[in-house]
Amino acid sequence: MRKLGKQEIEDIAVGAALLGTGGGGDPYIGKLMALQAIEEYGEITLLDPDEVPDDALIVPSAMMGAPTVMLEKAPSGEEAAAAFKNLESYLGKEIYATMPIEAGGLNSMLPLALAAKLGLPVVDVDGMGRAFPELQMVTFYLDGISATPMVIADEKGNTTLLSTINNVWTERIARAATIEMGGSSMIAIYPMTGKEIKKSGISNILKLEEEIGRAIRLAKEYNADPISEVLKKAKGFELFRGKVSDINRKTETGFARGVATFEGINEYKGETLEVRFQNEHLLAQTDQRLLCVTPDLIAVLDAETGLPITTEGIRYGARCVIIGMPCHPKWRTGKGIETVGPKYFGYDVEYVPVEELAKKGVTA
Amino acid sequence: MGVYRIGIDVGGTHTDAVLLDQDNTVISETKSPTTEDVTTGIYTAMKKIIQDGNVPREEIKYAMLGTTHCTNAIVERKRLNKIAAIRIGAPATLAVKPLIGVPDDLRDALGKYVYLIRGGHEFDGREIVSLDEEHLYQIAEEIKGNVDSVAITSVFSPVSQAHEQRASEIMKEVLGEDISVSLSSEIGSVGLLERENATILNAAVVNVAKTAADGFINALKNEGIEAKVFFGQNDGTLMSVEYAVKYPIFTIACGPTNSLRGASYLSDSSDAIVVDVGGTTSDVGVLVQSFPRESSLAVEIGGARTNFRMPDLISIGLGGGTIIRIHENGGFTVGPDSVGYRLPEKSLIFGGDTLTVTDVAVALGKVNLGDSSKVAHLDQTLLNKVYDKMVELVEEAIDKMKTSAAPVPVLLVGGGSILLPEKLKGASQVIRPEHSGVANAIGAAISQVSGQIEKVYALAEIGREKALQLAKEKAMSEAINAGADPDSLVIVDIEDVPLAYMPGNATRIRVKAAGDLARLEVNELV
Repeated sequence: MRKLGKQEIEDIAVGAALLGTGGGGDPYIGKLMALQAIEEYGEITLLDPDEVPDDALIVPSAMMGAPTVMLEKAPSGEEAAAAFKNLESYLGKEIYATMPIEAGGLNSMLPLALAAKLGLPVVDVDGMGRAFPELQMVTFYLDGISATPMVIADEKGNTTLLSTINNVWTERIARAATIEMGGSSMIAIYPMTGKEIKKSGISNILKLEEEIGRAIRLAKEYNADPISEVLKKAKGFELFRGKVSDINRKTETGFARGVATFEGINEYKGETLEVRFQNEHLLAQTDQRLLCVTPDLIAVLDAETGLPITTEGIRYGARCVIIGMPCHPKWRTGKGIETVGPKYFGYDVEYVPVEELAKKGVTA
Repeated sequence: MGVYRIGIDVGGTHTDAVLLDQDNTVISETKSPTTEDVTTGIYTAMKKIIQDGNVPREEIKYAMLGTTHCTNAIVERKRLNKIAAIRIGAPATLAVKPLIGVPDDLRDALGKYVYLIRGGHEFDGREIVSLDEEHLYQIAEEIKGNVDSVAITSVFSPVSQAHEQRASEIMKEVLGEDISVSLSSEIGSVGLLERENATILNAAVVNVAKTAADGFINALKNEGIEAKVFFGQNDGTLMSVEYAVKYPIFTIACGPTNSLRGASYLSDSSDAIVVDVGGTTSDVGVLVQSFPRESSLAVEIGGARTNFRMPDLISIGLGGGTIIRIHENGGFTVGPDSVGYRLPEKSLIFGGDTLTVTDVAVALGKVNLGDSSKVAHLDQTLLNKVYDKMVELVEEAIDKMKTSAAPVPVLLVGGGSILLPEKLKGASQVIRPEHSGVANAIGAAISQVSGQIEKVYALAEIGREKALQLAKEKAMSEAINAGADPDSLVIVDIEDVPLAYMPGNATRIRVKAAGDLARLEVNELV
């Protein structure tokens, strides 16, 4: 057990933006919520999964909907509290702690703000080890854990409790409710026991985020190369260095889909890299080679500062380093690849782990 | 009868001024030191060009000012208005209160009267809840006599301005028509906190802008000049004094933009890389269709995050005054420190004791300046290596700013640009326009007038073409309102960002239109 103060929050936010792999929403507003909550209610207690009793009730909290809406219509802070209360009375049990459902982006920060407000601990575990766009894209789903009962809440005081036949229906109904609520909502979802999170979750993900964020901060302080520090912490590979020469976005079937094209610089001169995204970066390839593909992580970093750039923030002319990181082994199973692999997102390539692709790159 | 215009750009070390005729020919130009109060420096530079220009004073009809008054006030936290900040959005947004992300000293200066009241809109224009007018009347009574400027920010006001406008009416009803009211929908785009910060900062510098404008107009009057005064904006276009006093925040960081625009005009190039060599640093920027390419990073002003679009620049530590150090082993370093504005006393060629970039260029015969005999003793082979290194620094910066390997034209401006060579790697040609030393003041003088609009459209209802058309028309009418000539209007920027997960294909569209100053007044004169 340890306490998270303002500096830890700042570092986690940077790491969260990186593991958000371009999507998940800018953690900035979530960071401010967490900072305000710490100012008002004091520091946050972070628990290691091993410290959680097996029969404790753990409920992840998150936002659902368009991150763009969240940037304009920030939460009141009462939504998640109302959602938790509703869920507790339905289940007839007190919630022991909360946790992030995804490590990337905005949603990695929201449980921290909620925890400070409610005086609950946060467990250092998530269900993705990164960010993904759909509710069933969590490791809990791979182990057959139900997303429901879940509660959706808005800032006006509306709450809805969902019990659904499967997670695909949960996604559908929750999405429709969220749009009516104004395009973004807060959710309490995947209620689990302590035993279940230990088995099915991805542990120590906040710790990794904090380490990544701190590495970038210290690199700046000591004039070190932030990129190589990040690669060390995340066990990642440099895929490419380039300048954005084109960015093409459109909305299709509820996703912000698109392609960012990078012209190589330095040792990559003459090569062109395409990064395809659907909210998150999912595929990186040059004319000749596949470099990294979902569920492995692809992050676009500012070449100077090492700070991660979201797909919305990518602009013509920006100088970037594109890095790849191995996903959690849970995603590399048959069901994992089926749920979040390239085929699910409509890309006609086979999944090959990034470390193998990186080796091929060396010999090619 | 001629029509002349004055352009003034206030920089960190120099205040530059030019006097142009109707055809934008330079009649006179000057560089004078920027003073601490800014205004004195402006006055000195202005007087000089008027004297040197020797044109009939009544024929000076326009004066354009790019100034750092507002930036300085925010950075120093001085001379700021007493403000109230009202956010309309509760119960939403309570988890992130106004000014939460800004530095404490700025919060202390601006955070005395902060309110968060019920109201605001959803992304599709529905009300979150109805506006709490009773609370607004209460607030107005409470701040009466305590503040002289009010910032109002409503959730999704870029989609619907209704609540901000009603709130403004209530403030004026209670506090009188003279109270200054800044509305966020007039200032920023989607992104509540950034827009709110910009609105609060705007409210805080209203007096500063008014003082600067009055001072400038009076200074002109004292010289017997009745000119129409414009202020330069961060996007390289002009705004009227009336507008500048209402929206002074847009004067922030107009300097780099002016220098890029001036370079574009002087060399008649629309797409190029511009290297502005000053005394301490060189700024490298990119012209796209005669306008600066904008940065993708969030811009902080005085530590507060805003969503202003600023020119995308790389600054390298190489200017005319940059210090060169020769080591015993034959190695050397270039900068990053500089003698700056003390070049005329510190550098070798002017009798000083410090080897600078300027000395190197003179010793190698690249430039004819000062007393070259004072650098004749230096080792030419070594100096050539130093010079190559300087050029390499510039070439690297140019390469970083390029978007493809193809060579592009490079424009050299600024006082130190004479130090750079005729050829640069990666440049299709190197252009050093005449009057390049005061390109920024010229940029201020020749600026266009612009209008911008940003709105969320439901494409499923009206289609993309129709939405773009509506947005363009709105932007153009904004530009005409600001004083642009309708015939010269062009759309200079279009951007549409789909809102993820939204039904109806909701898309945020931003359009900017710009045109030359309408010549109406010129016609009236003839």
